[in-house]
Amino acid sequence: MSRTPLDTVEHAAETPDVELPWAELGLKKDEYERVVEILGRRPTGAELAMYSVMWSEHCSYKSSKVHLRQFGEKAPQSDALLVGIGENAGVVDVGQGYAVTFKVESHNHPSYVEPYQGAATGVGGIVRDIIAMGARPVAVVDPLRFGAADHPDTKRVLPGVVAGIGGYGNCLGLPNIGGEVVFDACYQGNPLVNAGAIGVMRHEDIHLAKASGTGNKVILYGARTGGDGIGGASILASETFDDAKPSKRPAVQVGDPFQEKLLIECTLEAFREKLVVGIQDLGAAGLSCATSELASNGSGGMRVTLDDVPLRDSTLSPEEILMSESQERMCAVVEPAKVDRFLEICAKWDVIATVIGEVTDGDRLEIYWHGGKIVDVDPRTVAHEGPVYERPYARPSWQDALQADDANKLPRPETAEELKDQVRKLVASPNQASKKWITSQYDHFVQGNTVLAQPEDSGMIRIDEETGLGVAIATDGNGRYAKLDPYAGAQLALAEAYRNVATTGAKPLAVSDCLNFGSPEDPAVMWQFAEAIRGLADACQQLGTPVTGGNVSLYNQTGEAAIHPTPVVAVLGVIDDVARRTPVAFREEGQLLYLLGDTREEFGGSAWSQVIHDHLGGLPPQVDLERERLLAEILISASRDGMIDSAHDLSDGGLVQAVVESALLGGKGARLVVPDGLDAFTFLFSESAGRAVVAVPRSEELRFTDMCGARGLPVTRIGVVDGDAVDVQGEFALSLEELREAHEATIPALLA
Amino acid sequence: MTARIGVVTFPGSLDDRDTQRAIKLAGAEPVALWHKDKDLKQVDAVVLPGGFSYGDYLRAGAISRFSPVMETVIEQAKSGMPVLGICNGFQILTEAHLLPGGMLGNDHLHFICRDQKLRVENAETSWTADYTAGQEIHIPLKNMDGRYVADERTLDMLEAEGRVAFRYLDFNPNGSLRDIAGITNEAGNVVGLMPHPEHAVEPLIGSGRTDGLPFFTSILKKLVNA
Repeated sequence: MSRTPLDTVEHAAETPDVELPWAELGLKKDEYERVVEILGRRPTGAELAMYSVMWSEHCSYKSSKVHLRQFGEKAPQSDALLVGIGENAGVVDVGQGYAVTFKVESHNHPSYVEPYQGAATGVGGIVRDIIAMGARPVAVVDPLRFGAADHPDTKRVLPGVVAGIGGYGNCLGLPNIGGEVVFDACYQGNPLVNAGAIGVMRHEDIHLAKASGTGNKVILYGARTGGDGIGGASILASETFDDAKPSKRPAVQVGDPFQEKLLIECTLEAFREKLVVGIQDLGAAGLSCATSELASNGSGGMRVTLDDVPLRDSTLSPEEILMSESQERMCAVVEPAKVDRFLEICAKWDVIATVIGEVTDGDRLEIYWHGGKIVDVDPRTVAHEGPVYERPYARPSWQDALQADDANKLPRPETAEELKDQVRKLVASPNQASKKWITSQYDHFVQGNTVLAQPEDSGMIRIDEETGLGVAIATDGNGRYAKLDPYAGAQLALAEAYRNVATTGAKPLAVSDCLNFGSPEDPAVMWQFAEAIRGLADACQQLGTPVTGGNVSLYNQTGEAAIHPTPVVAVLGVIDDVARRTPVAFREEGQLLYLLGDTREEFGGSAWSQVIHDHLGGLPPQVDLERERLLAEILISASRDGMIDSAHDLSDGGLVQAVVESALLGGKGARLVVPDGLDAFTFLFSESAGRAVVAVPRSEELRFTDMCGARGLPVTRIGVVDGDAVDVQGEFALSLEELREAHEATIPALLA
Repeated sequence: MTARIGVVTFPGSLDDRDTQRAIKLAGAEPVALWHKDKDLKQVDAVVLPGGFSYGDYLRAGAISRFSPVMETVIEQAKSGMPVLGICNGFQILTEAHLLPGGMLGNDHLHFICRDQKLRVENAETSWTADYTAGQEIHIPLKNMDGRYVADERTLDMLEAEGRVAFRYLDFNPNGSLRDIAGITNEAGNVVGLMPHPEHAVEPLIGSGRTDGLPFFTSILKKLVNA
């Protein structure tokens, strides 16, 4: 086996004319030239590997950065924000000395290629982000989008994704408390697998990704480094450095949740003993990312000996080691005197831990291999000073025609029988049907603190057993609305998640987002992206809920066809005492049903237009954020003061969908009366935002309606919890049995 | 006085803290035990909690069964110390041959998490005395490998000796033979079951019922009155 000489810094300086495979690694010509300019010479192979992965769209946000700035510029004043955008995850003060960290990320592309492992490692990655902040993970949520429910490939992708999320999350012991499952043909070749996690810590336990203190040791711990997840590196390896190796390595990583569980416990034990100065998880771009970010965020430089990295495959080249995305690894910076204790804790948990370097007093990141220096860079140029693009964007030519194709003009049901039939079709349609077949594959009991889990409006976790302090999280995003109007669509996603947190009785505090879009090189997609961010940033400012971090996923596109723009928004809320939470299910017969908010003829992007007419056109529902805020305040007060026993937000599917869900979950029917001024069709199917249905005990009726009246929130009595049917007086009745069959049979029939 | 009940943490145990909480809520003192440590710290009873010890690699419970702590647990269980195995703990007990039979993958091949209806068949064990025979309860169930199997002769013996402690009602969630959800040894001190009583001890949390609490009050009374 012949081997080319080691490409050290010295070697690179002496051989300026060596051709490097920068294009195969995804760098553009001007980007490569910029690297040469920064270094004042050609990069070594290892340096090229680092720059190429760190300057990729995924790691550098080069297309999105100029727009994402708005989240900072328009950030509302919030006392709750302890750590903002830029760290592994944002941190929010929830009172009583507790801090909560949460974040949503995408794992879209790998999940299409290999659904089980793609989804599993998505959970693993987001959970490591949470522990890297110093928090114990307490729950996960999974917003998912798939192609048409009856498409044969959905039967390959969905069960694999769900099993992967369950297989990994269940084994970690994290309750899965929320998320969504949405079907639409636009996601056929680009399913969206977003994963969110929440962690809890005390204020003083917050940890950051930075390497400070000259002489402090850099410890790599967790799984051994293997050849998985290298992607572009295989080209580097096979073409330039060593011909004798397997040329193709899998681009999708393989997860080991057992290893991650040990990593969680051993990291938390090290935190408890205050052994950690700085910490970073190894996710995308692996060691390249961890070393350059730790070094550039700290006060000094860093020297790393790559030979000391424990390997799964001894034939890996240094470039591959730097680019490997092997899962379940973390990097900690530890004072020399505490290294022994840190290694002891790792040994207790059977976790491999190795000192691979130290913090230096310079400002360079230097990496050695076989005694030669193969990397010598300013880490900031790798981690933070990547290219920034002002991609051209333009409102697509078809947008006007799409908005002019008014869904309000679609034929409506003409008889009571037709209306009844459409209700049955709606609640049985894949998007509106029960997702129990999916969620029952997730553990939602583990840790013994789950107060609410899906299909509740938000997931809720108790974080203090003495005081009952809890947090709630909801994720929402309607790609159909966003396609019709990305600015309003992003605001509606926020409004819905905000409302969902409030219906359970929690006060919305902060936002994380996962922005899923097509190719940024398409000006139409870029316009959708720019509009969605502008909408979301404006709305967050108005509602007083800062964006704490999140993730951008671009290139969700097959050929020319991009997915619907799909901003998924997660809202985190706090509740002083989880005993005051409000569930969705109807609790007691005789309780009065009230509709809060205004109902207008709004059918653009609605579930009704999709299910009955397979139509997408017109405008999405109006956004009124002041109304959302008022509604939330009323819902929170009513929960706290025991005025309501059940609450459900109205969103896709409208009022009838909400009432059917509350009835089925509680096993109690409802008698509904169409209010004056509305026709039965609009009453049942409209998707006007800013609304909720609540069940009020008779003893609380006056107090509740007086409160709404005094605050100026429209409140309409629409019926009573009663019987074993959903009975729309003068129109039709559907028995709970019939509704349950329609609502619960769809998903198992398609996927089981 | 109260009783000290140990909860073993194996690598990959998940419900160890939940079980400690349930023990505390019942009024007993939970004691954390570590898998590498043979010392049981003078506890009066031991719970092997749920989870995925060793990632369920090889076979659920197959590796944990060889932990140092299990040497002492097996020895003490044989001389009468009460031992409860929940889910993965049940799997460990069968692997350790403290209980007969074994667990295979669920017949539908999916993980399943649900609030499960059970009938208490034997209310005379150390862990079930606060129930009445025939009582119907709801306890959360969550497992991947929960299908209880044994040969016909063993099953007949378990039935004849009243050693089927719990049976699934209305719906068999994993294909367990004869709807068996939990069993006991001959002496009634060792009990294993797939459902999770520690997740049904507070009205607000989890399933919203407290049907699991009697497991922990049963053992407390037995130990205190002993």
